[in-house]
Amino acid sequence: MEEKLPTVMMRVSRYLPGEEKPHFQTYEVPYRRDMVVLDALNHIKEKRDPTLTFRWSCRMGICGSCGMNVNGKPVLTCESFLKDVLRREILVEPLGHFPVIKDLVVDIEDFMRKLEAVKPYLIRDQERPLGAGEYRQTQEEVDRFRQSSLCINCMICYAACPVYGEDASFLGPAAAALAYRYNVDSRDQGAGKRLPAVASATGVWECTFVGECSTACPKDVDPGAAIQRLKLLSSIEVQKRVLLPSILR
Amino acid sequence: MERLSHDVILVGGGGAGLRAAIEAARTRPGLDIALLSKVYPMRSHTVSAEGGLAAVTKGDDNLDLHAFDTIRGSDFLADQDAVEFFVNRAKEEVVQLEHWGLPFSRDPDGTLASRAFGGMSVKRTLFAADRIGFHMLHTLFQTSLKYEEIHRYDEWFVTSLLVSAGKVMGVVALDVKTGEMSIVLAKAVILATGGAGRVYEFTTNGVVKTGDGMAMAYRAGCALKDMEFVQFHPTALPGTGILITEAARGEGGHLKNSEGDRFLKNYIPSKMELGPRDILSRAIMTEIKAGRGIQGPYGQYVHLDLTHLGSTVIERKLPMVKELAENYIGIDPIHEPIPVRPAQHYFMGGVSTDVHGQSPLGGLFAAGECAAVSINGANRLGSNSLTECLVFGAEAGRAAAVHASNAAAPNPPEAQALAKQEEERIYHTFLKQEGGPGVADLRARLRHTMEEYVGIYRTEEGLLRAKQALAGYRGELGTVTVEDKSRTFNTDLLGALELDWMVEVADCITTAALARRESRGSHSRTDHPKRDDTNYLKHYLVMKSNEGPILKDQPVTITRWPPQERVY
Repeated sequence: MEEKLPTVMMRVSRYLPGEEKPHFQTYEVPYRRDMVVLDALNHIKEKRDPTLTFRWSCRMGICGSCGMNVNGKPVLTCESFLKDVLRREILVEPLGHFPVIKDLVVDIEDFMRKLEAVKPYLIRDQERPLGAGEYRQTQEEVDRFRQSSLCINCMICYAACPVYGEDASFLGPAAAALAYRYNVDSRDQGAGKRLPAVASATGVWECTFVGECSTACPKDVDPGAAIQRLKLLSSIEVQKRVLLPSILR
Repeated sequence: MERLSHDVILVGGGGAGLRAAIEAARTRPGLDIALLSKVYPMRSHTVSAEGGLAAVTKGDDNLDLHAFDTIRGSDFLADQDAVEFFVNRAKEEVVQLEHWGLPFSRDPDGTLASRAFGGMSVKRTLFAADRIGFHMLHTLFQTSLKYEEIHRYDEWFVTSLLVSAGKVMGVVALDVKTGEMSIVLAKAVILATGGAGRVYEFTTNGVVKTGDGMAMAYRAGCALKDMEFVQFHPTALPGTGILITEAARGEGGHLKNSEGDRFLKNYIPSKMELGPRDILSRAIMTEIKAGRGIQGPYGQYVHLDLTHLGSTVIERKLPMVKELAENYIGIDPIHEPIPVRPAQHYFMGGVSTDVHGQSPLGGLFAAGECAAVSINGANRLGSNSLTECLVFGAEAGRAAAVHASNAAAPNPPEAQALAKQEEERIYHTFLKQEGGPGVADLRARLRHTMEEYVGIYRTEEGLLRAKQALAGYRGELGTVTVEDKSRTFNTDLLGALELDWMVEVADCITTAALARRESRGSHSRTDHPKRDDTNYLKHYLVMKSNEGPILKDQPVTITRWPPQERVY
């Protein structure tokens, strides 16, 4: 008699535009200890149901495409092993707090606008000529912004953030972390220019510091801490504006 | 169908595409640049590069040395004028990237730190721990947001080039979110779509690497060059193909067989773990065939041992290696060796261009992995490819901007008809076909064929089998069945379109590999084990014809380094 291989049940959220609300579809897929949730989804797409739709690319935790809610928790599915999320039915849903385009694909245009708003690039009063070589930076100076530069834009922190869930106008963790990343780079002089986006009514002051973003972040960026430090930096920057003539800022 | 118009179009938003877009904007401020990418730019596969990027920046190094290392690494098939152009521009591009904020790792004096890399005779690989590709991609993407000239079309899938009167005048593209197709006209089009690693079964490449630009250029009448040269990276995790960077060896890691022996002493004793990738990949396969591999659930492998490096080196310089090994196979490289085996990694070949990224087709440019200039010849050295994206991305951006400034706005009368044809092909042919294999099924067979017969080792017999199988797959494409019939985010349909391109690219690789009856660099014919400069010191250009791919010869440009035996 043929040996029955172990299987696992995947309960997956399905949605097509025009439908009133998402529904669930359950698939039985083979189970191996070294399979991640993304492998199970790909098994469904390749062997069972080619219409199941989700984003993925690198399947090594760096491209940031495959974030989804697994058993209610936002994770990178390429890093989440079935063995660690195993239960009667593994629940796979699109990342929360974003409009759903189809099945597990969400619309992240809101984040793309916020990213642009914080001016995530080095701002200099004067560019150094290329012939003069690189800016000198000690490893300690690199280490000040290194952690917040590791954001892969996977949107998991937004799906975890209760403030963003309540009010989508909130700047949110990843965009704030990237503003912080440039503000504390010794090569940058643009903190003042980032201030409007960062310190506005929908900026970092909205954050109530529940820290869900830092707990959920798969890359240890700690956006929560970055936001708290941004609050401090923004206060200083605002005070400078009030107290100092522009030439001294 | 909507008709959009820009000055310059970028197809692809990875390292080369973003660099090109920025340079086009800087060259001619006010130019209208469109960046179309089938994924959000920060998802592009540049993100997965780990080790570093090569440039001459240190006192113990010089440009001729970088050039010679690259040429010897290429098994003397690189065009030497292109290599000289490349090494000359490399430093400026690296400094530019630093000025844009890339968090390079630093020496104690605050200058850029460098590390050893395979085939490089001095430490010239600049790095950011072991996440250079990730940082390069995000630095370029974030910097591109500064430029009002750049209009992004994120998740727009380009389906073909618009060619009229022997010139490229734009593209036809599909907005993935809505399924709507548009004509996007432009005076210049730059292809920066990366390689086609997904035609192989076991690859380090992400799912986006399906040869899109190569196939579109080929279909538009452009030649593809050096397609038979496919790089296999020596160290990927068995099963998944996840890349374990060469930097692990650059920092002192050892490769060991089942007997715990550093077997490379029998293959390349002068370089050991810092030998070039083609030689190391073959050495690993030879050890495995000789019974000195280690058996695992996904076949035989060897060990990459970092345990002697200590936790400080691993945590500071190789944090991603540690993260990948821990997360994906539950191994802490500080205490245990990592199982590794070779996996497809990179295409030396691509759209034939000059050093300005210009293809022979008017208005069409290409840069990065999808192009062949050729600086990589028969084997690329690790850490040259990211620099290549920068140097030739910038150059293509500059050249395309100049070209666009001097050209009239295209208004090809046949654009509408060509676009209609394309809509017909996609929505009335691919989407309506019935009764054939599913996309995943046919794709799996294609990838298996390439792995089996057009992989690290090749023979006449195997290549002929591959050719025959590919002809069959091409036939099956005519009935391949897309089950998802919706217009919204139809990844089943996009998979079918990509598969169509993959079969095309696979055929080009196989055709050139069959013709090249010698072994050179990554192309290893067991039935012709020696390099043969008398007959094969030349590039093959693959061109499309009604009878399938045909080959033309192109001489290799030799400037100052006459071919010699490739010894290390």
